[in-house]
Amino acid sequence: MCKFLRYFFYKNFTFTFVHFWYAFFCGFSAQTVYDEWFITLFNLVYTALPVLGMSLFDQDVNDRWSFQYPQLYSPGQLNMYFSKKAFVRCMMHSCYSSLILFFIPWAAMYDTVRDDGKDIVDYQSFALLAQTCLLIAVTIQLCLDTHYWTAVNQFFVWGSLSAYFAITFTMYSNGMFLIFTSSFPFIGTARNSLNQPNVWLTILLTSILCALPVVTFRFILIQLRPTINDKVRHKVRKEAVPAPRPGRPPTRRISTRRSGYAFSHAQGYGELVTSGRFLLKRPLKSRPVLFPQTDSPLAQSQPQFYRTINEESEEPQTA
Amino acid sequence: MMASSYNAKEEDGHHSGSSSHGGAGAVKSKKPDNTAFKQQRLPAWQPILTAGTVLPAFFVIGLIFIPIGIGLYVTSNNIKEYEVDYTGVDMSSPCFNCAQNFSWNSTTSCNCSVPFTLEQPFESNVFMYYGLSNFYQNHRRYVKSRDDSQLNGDRSSLKNPSKECEPYRTSDGLPIAPCGAIANSLFNDTLELYYIDANGSRTAIPLVKKGIAWWTDKHVKFRNPGGNNNNLTAAFQGTSKPVNWRKPVYELDPLDVDNNGFINEDFIVWMRTAALPTFRKLYRIIQKKASMTPTLPSGKYVLEVTYNYPVRSFEGRKRMILSTISWMGGKNPFLGIAYITVGSVCFFLGVVLLIIHHKYDNRNNSADIPN
Repeated sequence: MCKFLRYFFYKNFTFTFVHFWYAFFCGFSAQTVYDEWFITLFNLVYTALPVLGMSLFDQDVNDRWSFQYPQLYSPGQLNMYFSKKAFVRCMMHSCYSSLILFFIPWAAMYDTVRDDGKDIVDYQSFALLAQTCLLIAVTIQLCLDTHYWTAVNQFFVWGSLSAYFAITFTMYSNGMFLIFTSSFPFIGTARNSLNQPNVWLTILLTSILCALPVVTFRFILIQLRPTINDKVRHKVRKEAVPAPRPGRPPTRRISTRRSGYAFSHAQGYGELVTSGRFLLKRPLKSRPVLFPQTDSPLAQSQPQFYRTINEESEEPQTA
Repeated sequence: MMASSYNAKEEDGHHSGSSSHGGAGAVKSKKPDNTAFKQQRLPAWQPILTAGTVLPAFFVIGLIFIPIGIGLYVTSNNIKEYEVDYTGVDMSSPCFNCAQNFSWNSTTSCNCSVPFTLEQPFESNVFMYYGLSNFYQNHRRYVKSRDDSQLNGDRSSLKNPSKECEPYRTSDGLPIAPCGAIANSLFNDTLELYYIDANGSRTAIPLVKKGIAWWTDKHVKFRNPGGNNNNLTAAFQGTSKPVNWRKPVYELDPLDVDNNGFINEDFIVWMRTAALPTFRKLYRIIQKKASMTPTLPSGKYVLEVTYNYPVRSFEGRKRMILSTISWMGGKNPFLGIAYITVGSVCFFLGVVLLIIHHKYDNRNNSADIPN
């Protein structure tokens, strides 16, 4: 949740600060750097699903490892993920990114032209360049933040990027202009500027410059001051995947379902959970004891990476 | 103690069913399904930042960026460019008188000649630009002041321009075509180039005025009203010229019907508003000669200016630029220098991180996760 918040603030502050820098160059007339359609669709379409995917599916380690190392929950309880300090850091990062995202295109396009001599520093091409740089930079930041790439995440991220290009080319096409003339004045811009090598070189430079400090900083932190998360994830990576147990049915009665309780930084409902008062009432006979075995596989076994749960091969309950 | 107090769903269903069969049926369980999707057990790729991925990446980026930067820098240095500022700010400047004596309703145009010398010959196609400084074509009210439907040849917009064009919407009761502040401030200086050879005789350099605007602009975005009707005077009947123009729009190029009216290429180039306050716009093209002679040999030239466009009032500057072109566009060393810098920084960071990794990696390996 904190990751989602931090990323959301980052992308919106970056988006806004770029307009602040452009104000110095447009006579403080509040002219937007980006196309108005891009501003509308940025939060609705281009960056909505990837962020949702990250907040829903991201996990640093799976539930078996989380049970093995409950210390993983302590950073959350100590409010380390989203505090005033974290917010200020996010703001500074946005400030830096916005400086890169405006001034690199500005300097690269200053007084320059296309490879056939025609205009490329017109307002529309500059807007397209700036918005493409922004979208790719914030997508790379999301990719760096996501630790758990499911197929859904992959689809959301790459799908959003392709949707951006598809929608942009559609909106800047002849057809849309001829139907809705005043709504789509950017006709021809994508075709005329995105076929220029120096535009793509500028986009590449901007993206790398935005991502580089983040990667460097994180790598140095992992080396010098690894957090508990980093240590467990390195351990997970190092240990080989255990071979599946031959033919032995899982004898545990304890369900492998995770508790849906995610916010552990307050007093919480621990008492309520362990008392079992919230469970449905049913005849005592049919209800197994909460902790039937002390030598359950859960306490003994090494945490696994990803295992199938064969519910149908459970032992029959004692009635 | 680890609290995991759920029972398997099947057990519940089975027992609730058996205990209350025949009644209202099993109590519907609100527990989430035991699927991989809902229990967050989907197969996934879990990348982490290890030295094995980060360090090679830094070195590879450094090794790729530096040659690209060198290539860009060398290409930019090989582009030849020459600028002539002809605003006429100094007393010694040839166009000083024209700048000082400018008045809006003068009928005679003021001419001035600016001599200059090219040290090096210019090969291949040479592009002639006019550049303006301190001219905010990106001001919000200015950018909105146009009517794209009217410029696309829509007849109803021709007679009834959009409200965004105010106050340049109507003049003397007639709608203005083209309306808006952008069209009204069309650049109307005329620039001509002459080569002065060793004898002192002048030869005019042929300047091509077609092919300076984007193809999509000329053929899709800007269309004359009345379709392919060649009589533009009739098509623009009932409209008036913009306030600051000397000629109406259908007299921009009366000799060439493909360059007259809204599809005049100088007009189209001007209407494509610039993003920054210092900009250049393509004015003319000097085609390369068929033989091996350079397009613009080195030597003395003179620029003849018909000084129509006032910029002194807002401290603006006007200049004429002659430039050759390469695959990366015009002369701009920034990208080359930036790539070289970023490549070197990356490489250097890679080395630094390698040192850090060697020093501190033992600590990571032996570090036990505290209980």
